[in-house]
Amino acid sequence: MALLEIRNIVRRFGDFTAVDGVSMDIEAGEFFTLLGPSGCGKTTLLRMIAGFDSPQSGEMLLDGRDLASIAPEKRPIHTVFQSYALFPHMTVAENIAFPLRMRKMGKAEIGEKVRQSLEDVRLADRGGRYPGELSGGQRQRVALARALVNRPRLLLLDEPLAALDMKLREQMQLELINLQKEVGITFIYVTHDQTEALALSHRIAVMNGGKVEQLDEPSKIYDSPKNRFVADFIGTCNLIDAEVSVVGEEKMVLQIGGLGEVAAKNPGTTCGAKGILALRPEKVRIAAQLVPGSDENHFKGRVHDFLYMGDVTVYIVEVGEGVHIEALLPNSAAGRPRILAVGDPVEISWRYDAGTFLDG
Amino acid sequence: MAKNFGKWLISGPPVLYLIVFFVIPTCIMVLASFRYAGEYGGLAPVLLRDASGAHLNLTLESYQEFFSDFIYSWLFIKTLIYALVTTFFCLLMAYPLALLIARSASKYRDLLVLLVILPFWSNFLIRIYAWMILLGPQSAFSAALNGFLGIFGVGPVRLLFTPFAVVLCLIYVQLPFMVLPLYANLEKHDPALLDAAQDLGANGWQRFWRVTFPLSLPGIYAGIALVFVPVLGIFAVPDILGGTRGIMIGNLIKQEFLEARDWPFGSALSIMLTIGAMIIVGGAALFAGRRRKGDV
Repeated sequence: MALLEIRNIVRRFGDFTAVDGVSMDIEAGEFFTLLGPSGCGKTTLLRMIAGFDSPQSGEMLLDGRDLASIAPEKRPIHTVFQSYALFPHMTVAENIAFPLRMRKMGKAEIGEKVRQSLEDVRLADRGGRYPGELSGGQRQRVALARALVNRPRLLLLDEPLAALDMKLREQMQLELINLQKEVGITFIYVTHDQTEALALSHRIAVMNGGKVEQLDEPSKIYDSPKNRFVADFIGTCNLIDAEVSVVGEEKMVLQIGGLGEVAAKNPGTTCGAKGILALRPEKVRIAAQLVPGSDENHFKGRVHDFLYMGDVTVYIVEVGEGVHIEALLPNSAAGRPRILAVGDPVEISWRYDAGTFLDG
Repeated sequence: MAKNFGKWLISGPPVLYLIVFFVIPTCIMVLASFRYAGEYGGLAPVLLRDASGAHLNLTLESYQEFFSDFIYSWLFIKTLIYALVTTFFCLLMAYPLALLIARSASKYRDLLVLLVILPFWSNFLIRIYAWMILLGPQSAFSAALNGFLGIFGVGPVRLLFTPFAVVLCLIYVQLPFMVLPLYANLEKHDPALLDAAQDLGANGWQRFWRVTFPLSLPGIYAGIALVFVPVLGIFAVPDILGGTRGIMIGNLIKQEFLEARDWPFGSALSIMLTIGAMIIVGGAALFAGRRRKGDV
């Protein structure tokens, strides 16, 4: 039995359906992420699990018990809020002691747990400070310590790193992974940042318009997006309109307007099906001259434009009639960005199974 | 240089205003409290000239008079009690009201605040006279109250010209001054804090006592200061509704200046009242300051 079973949850606000029949199982010990653009329903779903909001229909079972029958303050579920929501009038130690005091725990035991908890988040010398005297990263760690101190069954994190700058965010991501491993508590993490979701999660549910578009491991989500939305939302992706012209056992041939025939993996589609070819830029090889392998598609084109990103350069290559394909070139060799200029003739290639054909 | 000039240009006028209309008059009043009364009211000259030359004509007489008769101290204590009772009931009624307004839908909030300050649109004295009618022996309110008390064989009671009438009207007059700072404070509370408290296991009562109430202390202190201090010096309400029993220190000061024409004694009473208010409010602020260290 899964730790949290979510069955057909629907939540409407007037005419707007925020969560539209979502079902999922979240396993014990999992780092589970709800990923999607703002307004996709991920935060609403999180608030319903916490108990700040109730679904119009559907049910949520925690350890087999219906959550609807448990008041929010009684649920063994704690939340780390986007704004941290630390109590400004309490010291760091008092903040962390709060959930323990609500459970009427003895003073000595509270003191011991708070001390241990402060050590765990490396804030042992900050117990007497007020939240306003801490940096963003420290506040974040206090919020985590407070939510974890009485070991909930489930920890909900609502975009907890959104307010931090990039350097700190990366550091906190590593800390979160380690912390989750250490405490072994199930995390449900909400974010709109796809790199964060890919880096942190065991599984990701990509949400859009109140529905789950795809629920899978990060590598599956990235490599085998199920539909156009997922392919487009996660990372960058070449999305090229295509039509299936020949279907083989494992391979098939796609007809792409302005480009011609392209070999691709057969996902089990039929001849004449229309859809898109989703192709990640880093899977496209690019060079002035290429010797294509036997399993590769190979095209000649011209550099239409390029973006120098520091670690990599993104080339937009025009192949055929008005077809643009993005390709990545790592800048690992000195002088790389100047190898290809706008207008230069280039060759690109990719393995037939590098891209994914998506119906519709 | 230019930067300083700009600073003075902005803060200069209000500073000047306060010096001319507050600091200087206060100094004049302090001096007046040490002077002799003139023969026909007003003040006797500060400098007396006689054969041996000019010498200062100052005295501690007014302060001696204040401490020589307990009736003055008693009036101070009584005024203090009225102010405390008024402040207490204002707080008791204003807090739920302010909380209600702060938690209501944002589109209604401005309207509700407007309703709270609506009484200010009619004249202060007229509102007090309205209470005179309301509490008078012929009023429907008095009749209903006495009818009710009559059931238990009590009464009839007289409402007008009693300390009760004074305090009741003081609460009415001062209530908005408690509601507004409380509302201004409560309205700013981050609702996520209450969510967090509930999430961490606090029930409704605990959420109030551990989060809302401690965070609203600055608003409470501001409200207390705005209600308590003006009541100490008020004289119009007891003048109209208090009769002889409801008199407060403000009435005595007014009498000394306007009727007894003993300006030095009136000044001494004013100075004593100012010092008393400063000690109470200053002490409370010090106490509050220690409590508020954590606010950011």
